[in-house]
Amino acid sequence: MQTVLKTSDASYGGPARSTAFFPRLVRDLRRNFSAYLLILPAVIIYLLFAYKPMYGVIIAFKNFSPAAGILGSEWADSFGMQNFIDFFGSYYFWRLLKNTVVISITSLAFGFPAPIILALLLNEIRNEKFKRTVQTISYMPHFISLVVVCGLIKLLTADTGVIVQMMSAFGFTPVSLLSKPQYFVPVYVISGIWQEIGWGSILYLAALTGIDPGLYEAAKIDGANRWKQTLHVTLPGISGTIVIMLLFRLGGVMSVGYEKIILLYNEGIYDTADVISSFVYRKGLQQYQWSYSTAVGLFNSVINFILIVIFNKISRKLSDISLW
Amino acid sequence: MLMKDHSFGYRVFTATNTLFMILLVVVTAYPLYFVLIASFSDPAELSLHPGILLLPLKPYTLSAYKMVLDNPLITSGFKNTLFILTVGVAVNLLLTVMAAYVLSLKDLMLKNPVTFFIIFTMYFSGGMIPSYLNIRDLGLIDSLWSLIIPGAISTTNLIIMKTAFQGIPDSLTESARLDGASHVKILTRIMVPLSVPTIAVMVLYYGVGHWNSWFSASIYLQDNRKFPLQLVMRNILNATQVSSMLGGADTDEMARLVELIKYALIVVSTFPILALYPFLQKYFVKGVMIGAIKG
Repeated sequence: MQTVLKTSDASYGGPARSTAFFPRLVRDLRRNFSAYLLILPAVIIYLLFAYKPMYGVIIAFKNFSPAAGILGSEWADSFGMQNFIDFFGSYYFWRLLKNTVVISITSLAFGFPAPIILALLLNEIRNEKFKRTVQTISYMPHFISLVVVCGLIKLLTADTGVIVQMMSAFGFTPVSLLSKPQYFVPVYVISGIWQEIGWGSILYLAALTGIDPGLYEAAKIDGANRWKQTLHVTLPGISGTIVIMLLFRLGGVMSVGYEKIILLYNEGIYDTADVISSFVYRKGLQQYQWSYSTAVGLFNSVINFILIVIFNKISRKLSDISLW
Repeated sequence: MLMKDHSFGYRVFTATNTLFMILLVVVTAYPLYFVLIASFSDPAELSLHPGILLLPLKPYTLSAYKMVLDNPLITSGFKNTLFILTVGVAVNLLLTVMAAYVLSLKDLMLKNPVTFFIIFTMYFSGGMIPSYLNIRDLGLIDSLWSLIIPGAISTTNLIIMKTAFQGIPDSLTESARLDGASHVKILTRIMVPLSVPTIAVMVLYYGVGHWNSWFSASIYLQDNRKFPLQLVMRNILNATQVSSMLGGADTDEMARLVELIKYALIVVSTFPILALYPFLQKYFVKGVMIGAIKG
């Protein structure tokens, strides 16, 4: 219930209070002191573990040495840009860029539509029990840890593994899939779909229930068969959800998740498996090239951010949907 | 779909769709089933019968399980994960609920700046290396607390909780405020009891997150007796030689069982989740809905 009468109005019957900023702030702090106390631990944690490392990014422009600390380390050559120059000119640069983009786009191209298609197909199942059983089973892989999934992948794609043996029945010479660069992307993408297609369909199924049945009626009266109905009623009906999810995915195009790559790759397949974030991990935490790896990571974040802004702008122009 | 459409095309579609669903279920479940039956199979027979299996191969053996369950690293892994899980989720809940409550208040002056302060971190971060150096700076290397405190609040979960609190009618909280109730009282006597389903979803999301996490442990912990289960597993599943895996001398028995031990390990560590999962599934799904409506 909104009241137009402000507590600063003298006619309110209380003491006239200043509406200036600082006195208001002090009053607010006094009145809601316990609330500010309640959120203080959270703020401290964000400060210490989210914001403080942001300052640490500065070592990308320095030659960081743990002994000297952040402040004591010298600035890098070329106005602090030497680490970036080294990276752009390095032997790995194009390979990393290529792999990151290829893995990202392939995952997107196959992994994004998959849950949508599944949701559309699930929606057509009449038998509730059958539908629910399929759904429950399809969600399972999402909850299995990445370590187990990758362990599973390695066991099944070994030269004696089930999957390779099945492929050999079709004339394929058995070889460990993860030892050959050309198989990495398919293994990565297909296993990703295996793990996430069920869980990913939940959102779209929910969106499907939100479509007005009247629209289907109208389409049927106009003579549309089921396929046309899907095209002209269903898909537009969930287009909002699709666009938002797409935006989220596109925002992460340059940041291929390093955990799965690290769990699956090996030196023999760096050619197709090494991405920017796994490179940062290797250079930084395994080879202790602190400044260099931070510079690469910063480059990655900046590109990511630029892409999000671009996609957001495009989306806002084309539809009304955007992240902000 | 009110009109029953039994045209030929429809029936073909339904048949194909049903077939597809069955295929989906098989492809989803079979790898796990295979691992299960392979873990009991005789290793020699296994190598003679590569390819699809429907039943375990005789002679059945429990040796792999014995090795897994007797192994001290596995036992300590379980214990560490349980510790991280219980303490971690408690910390998660406490901090998330408190912060979500404050962010859901209407008349707090600093609410918008604080909200922005928190949401901003969803789009920007220092990155892997500065975060690592930060933890080192704070002296949390090789401490289990490095797995609990830094990630104590997940911003997405915070938003879900805040939305839930905002869904509680203002009239309840307003009358309590008028009666002089403190924020803590309102939080504990009104907000929390009315949000139990959402809090249950929080427990599940944070819980599964802790159970499955391994990467932070791999970079922050050094003493292998502190490793959580998934990290222990990752080291074992990566290794090709058993002695390095299980920390003992290689015996012939162990060499035979390398593959089996990996299968048994997968079964043992995934079983708890898959056993609980059917019962908890609807809560997880609910969480997705709540998050989605807001998002």
